[in-house]
Amino acid sequence: MCGIAGIIHRDGPGEVGSELTAMLQSMKHRGPDSTGLALYGAPGEALVLRVKLADPNEERDIEWTERLETSLEELERRLSKIGAGMDSVTRATDYAVRATVRYDGELKALVDYLEDIPGCEVLSIGHSLEIVKDLGDAETVGRQYGLAGFRGTHGIGHVRMATESDVDIAGAHPYWAYPFGDVAVVHNGQLTNYHQWRRRLERRGHRFASECDSEIIAVYLADELERGTSLETAMKQSLDDLDGVFTYVVVTSDSLGMAKDEMAAKPLVLFESDSLVALASEEVAIRAVLGREIDTYDPYEREVMVWSL
Amino acid sequence: MEPVAVGERGLTYDARGLAEPEAVAPKVAVVQGDSATFDAEGLSTRQINLELRRLLYEEGVLNVTVANPGAKHSLGVGILERCHLRFGGSLGYFGLGLIDGPEVVVEGRVGWSVCENMMSGVVVVEKNAGSLTGAALRGGDLVIRGDVGARTGIDQKGGTILVGGNAGLLTGFMMQRGHQIICGNVGPGLGDSMYDGVIYVGGTVASLGIDCVEDALGAADLEFLARKLSIYGFDQTPASFRKFVCGKKLYNYDSLEPNERKLVL
Repeated sequence: MCGIAGIIHRDGPGEVGSELTAMLQSMKHRGPDSTGLALYGAPGEALVLRVKLADPNEERDIEWTERLETSLEELERRLSKIGAGMDSVTRATDYAVRATVRYDGELKALVDYLEDIPGCEVLSIGHSLEIVKDLGDAETVGRQYGLAGFRGTHGIGHVRMATESDVDIAGAHPYWAYPFGDVAVVHNGQLTNYHQWRRRLERRGHRFASECDSEIIAVYLADELERGTSLETAMKQSLDDLDGVFTYVVVTSDSLGMAKDEMAAKPLVLFESDSLVALASEEVAIRAVLGREIDTYDPYEREVMVWSL
Repeated sequence: MEPVAVGERGLTYDARGLAEPEAVAPKVAVVQGDSATFDAEGLSTRQINLELRRLLYEEGVLNVTVANPGAKHSLGVGILERCHLRFGGSLGYFGLGLIDGPEVVVEGRVGWSVCENMMSGVVVVEKNAGSLTGAALRGGDLVIRGDVGARTGIDQKGGTILVGGNAGLLTGFMMQRGHQIICGNVGPGLGDSMYDGVIYVGGTVASLGIDCVEDALGAADLEFLARKLSIYGFDQTPASFRKFVCGKKLYNYDSLEPNERKLVL
């Protein structure tokens, strides 16, 4: 089933960390397996990397901690070697690293170099984007990663009921649109031409971190952005190119967008005011942030909408 | 009436086998004669429904107002009494399903599948509704003053669905009986694979679904439209509507093989 949510404060930063956590927690029944958030803080000079060194449900043998320490040391060594000056490196969990670095080279080269470390996956990279995802419900993940204090302008989130791939962080949303900084996607639905598109995109040099069909959307959009297509045009085009039933939400450094397939089989409820746009699979999620009666509506089939800061 | 205890600890279980620790009506309503009001803020779906049932079936209350329903799912389902209910806000998914008899006003909007399998009664929703509105509706009037999503009245078997605004994709999909009145525009695939029934549209039609055809408005149609529009306060003129029905080529149970039927269609 899965639940998706998004929020954008159009009049300045808000408590997006706690807001999205509350929205996702209210939809726990739609997906208890994993929770993920893509949050946009204040953009800075430095790049923020969110990296996982291992999956939490991996077998934790006697060398687990030692391997993680080795991976972290290797991560720092490679950042230094590629010329990324480190401002800070912190860990939310044993396996989840947040690093801020000064780097103006190619993102693809940086990410490929880091992901060459066994077990290492770059979950997000950008000047304002931070993707946090882990197993469990939103409150668990929110506590684990200290999201209550995260202030920002916008973000998206996802609660996952694993249907077509494993229960692990690799299968959790949001997906970052590698190799584009600051672009992320969450999705509810099934894509039936996944393998066709995966082969096509791999031939164009894109990498996939999971077996999850939803990752296609992020990579598809990245591919279109790389060719110079605007985000909104790429989203409209995706309605013809991607087959299946889906509703997805995408975020960039300054925008939040949604797209619904031609069968309109996956729900999305939308609230819009001058200062705030909030959308989710269920109205209860929006009400978790706006604790009052509100006017909401469901976008129709083949609708694409984009809101900017 | 106390809840039926199952097991030694007196718990009841939901359809998934999960324990329901809140299986007791909270008894928070203020009752005055045959009317009652209660605030649903902070109550779970199950507590709200148990309180409703307690008021209607044990206290003999005929008019219940539920404040702050908070867009929770599955509220007001399975009410089989002739009574008046008013929800002072929005409902989530699957609200008012399987009801038989009540007259209900929802002051906010409703989520997907409102009034699924409704048997009789009247439900008026003051704002928008999600998809699958009135799925498998069997009787009564379901009125949405705003817009509705996709597949309105899917598998409808009777009754009337009246929409003040626009309707989305596949309105009347596989409809079998009953009426729909859509005052605004409808999306693609109107009446797709419908067996029977009538759909009136006041606005534009994006496209017709398989085996849905336009028919001429007759005197009975005009009288029906005038009556329903007047009851619920819509001011469109009956003659401004178009009528759509089943072309009876897809499901008329002839002896054609599927590939032969394709040729006919």
